[in-house]
Amino acid sequence: MADFLIPPGLALIAAGLLVPMVQGRARSVLLLAAPLLTLWLIWQVPDGVVLSFEFMGYVIAPVEGDALSRLFATIFAIMAFGGGLFSLNRDNPTELSAAFVYAGSAISVAFAGDLITVFVFWEIMAVGSTIVVWCGGGEARRAGLRYAAIHLLGGVLLMAGIAGEIGATGSTEFRAMQPDSIARWLILAGFLINAGAPPLSAWLPDAYPEASWSGMVFLGAFTTKTAVYVLLRGFPGTELLIYVGLYMVFYGIVYAILENDIRRLLAYAIVSQAGFMVSGIGIGSEIALNGAAAHAFVSIIYMAVLVMSAGSVLYMTGKRKCTELGGLFRTMPLTCVCAIVGALSISSFPLTAGFVAKSMIPQGAADENLMIVWILLAAASAGVLFHAGIKFPWFVFFQKDSGLRPDDPPWNMKAAMVLFAFFCIALGVYPELLYALLSSPVDYVPYTGAHVVFQLQLLLFSGLAFFLMLGWLKSTMTITLDFDWFYRGLGRALQREFQIKGSAAWAAFADRTYRAVVRFLETVYRHHGPQGVLARTWPTGSMAFWITLLLGAYLIAYYL
Amino acid sequence: MAKVKSNGDDHWLARPENIRLVWWLFIAVLVATVLSDLAVEHKPKFGIDGTFGFAAWFGLLSCVALVAFAKALGAILKRPDTFYDG
Repeated sequence: MADFLIPPGLALIAAGLLVPMVQGRARSVLLLAAPLLTLWLIWQVPDGVVLSFEFMGYVIAPVEGDALSRLFATIFAIMAFGGGLFSLNRDNPTELSAAFVYAGSAISVAFAGDLITVFVFWEIMAVGSTIVVWCGGGEARRAGLRYAAIHLLGGVLLMAGIAGEIGATGSTEFRAMQPDSIARWLILAGFLINAGAPPLSAWLPDAYPEASWSGMVFLGAFTTKTAVYVLLRGFPGTELLIYVGLYMVFYGIVYAILENDIRRLLAYAIVSQAGFMVSGIGIGSEIALNGAAAHAFVSIIYMAVLVMSAGSVLYMTGKRKCTELGGLFRTMPLTCVCAIVGALSISSFPLTAGFVAKSMIPQGAADENLMIVWILLAAASAGVLFHAGIKFPWFVFFQKDSGLRPDDPPWNMKAAMVLFAFFCIALGVYPELLYALLSSPVDYVPYTGAHVVFQLQLLLFSGLAFFLMLGWLKSTMTITLDFDWFYRGLGRALQREFQIKGSAAWAAFADRTYRAVVRFLETVYRHHGPQGVLARTWPTGSMAFWITLLLGAYLIAYYL
Repeated sequence: MAKVKSNGDDHWLARPENIRLVWWLFIAVLVATVLSDLAVEHKPKFGIDGTFGFAAWFGLLSCVALVAFAKALGAILKRPDTFYDG
């Protein structure tokens, strides 16, 4: 289409800025219509550079379309719609406005043809998401500050890298690279921080759960998946990413097993899901890259279902800890069913979206003869079922009877959950819908007898393991220390350690200083005070004597 | 947000005899999935994945290993959830 009009991301950003200006029904219409309009605009973007101009001697291409861009932009727009629907009853225009600006920036990154555009919208995303975190109130203020600090660090690394890259190559174009120069390493580091990669993964489970019940729905979708997108575009086949991804997968699983807070548990699940995608990007074969892209698409959908159900529970009960919840299936049946669909999907059960997408990544590892990687990915699939697929629904909706009898949430929240749960099943039953959106043609058949049996055995026996070890898995009122201790706990620990010696030293220092000042004042007083030598009334004669003496000395000096 | 005291085995899913039934069903399904290994054609890639019921024992052992590792890590790194407060 030649008469291209509006960049889709900017349309959504504009809608976000409009949100605080309208109220009531008009706002609801805006929240639902803007993402759909954006979706339509996304599908009007043809292949190739659509919009470009020169700015300070650099070529800027804010809109460049291809299948991968459209895939990510599409799911971002669908997610903005789902988030908008879920948040219709959230009476906080700041949060909704920031969330739409954040989503629009994610779409803009997906269409960015040059590194400068990537950076600009990367930073707007950081600002928008920080505001969304802040709107959680309470502890979210401090968590949001820590979140912003980490993302500003990531932004600085990215900007330094981009500046170096443009300086070295003279081109602003965003294309596939290998980390073979300092600038490219910096770009990679900036991207990885947003993906939730080690060692800074802790920003994600620290900040997201503190957002409001609606805010986390947006947060879970955009930052990590935009990072996956830029890694797919910028660093496909970078071997290091296999190991970074595997670390993230197991980090997420192990920390989630130990976690008591259901929203932090889901945050760890987001890291571990992103880990699958990152390792797929590292494997770098066509099927693995397709798998990473498809997995990003479906994981946004099922993470949304899971985060929405946790948000609904938080909204209805005000609680988010395994130890405080349980038995909610009685009065929240719809939320419970949606959570189970999302849980089955994240675990890649046959007939769900996870099954048709995620299994392409281990297939890629097997095709490349990466046996250890394949085995670890299989173990991780079992682990995902364990921590997200069973632990989450079991502790919230079954387990013990907590005595809580909340109803299902308001209609719009139910509608959003049901819609996304429907997507989970629909894509699982008709994988062609998803495969048609991918950038390379898919030569992969998910539903073979061997694959279905393999997956069922893996998952059902992991489920068996869960119930056999239930006693071991009892949630405790604890958190698990992470890298964020270095910026949250270290200072305080040092303070505690040195408090006694430090305060003694300070007291001695203060005492000495005080005495020195007192001594100084006493000297001044002695000389200048009422009795001081310099404050006496001198007789006129003595002055005449001294002047005579001075003149005499001057005369002698003059003749000498 | 109504908080009503549970009146015993209110829901059919909460009754012990039904829980026992669910367990038996679950075990039957587990056995069925392992046996269906015989019915499908496998193309093992690495050898180990061609063993009988590979995914079943591998899934079970992976989870045991993950939980054991998590517990060990937790013993070192767990803190009360008020650790960072105040």
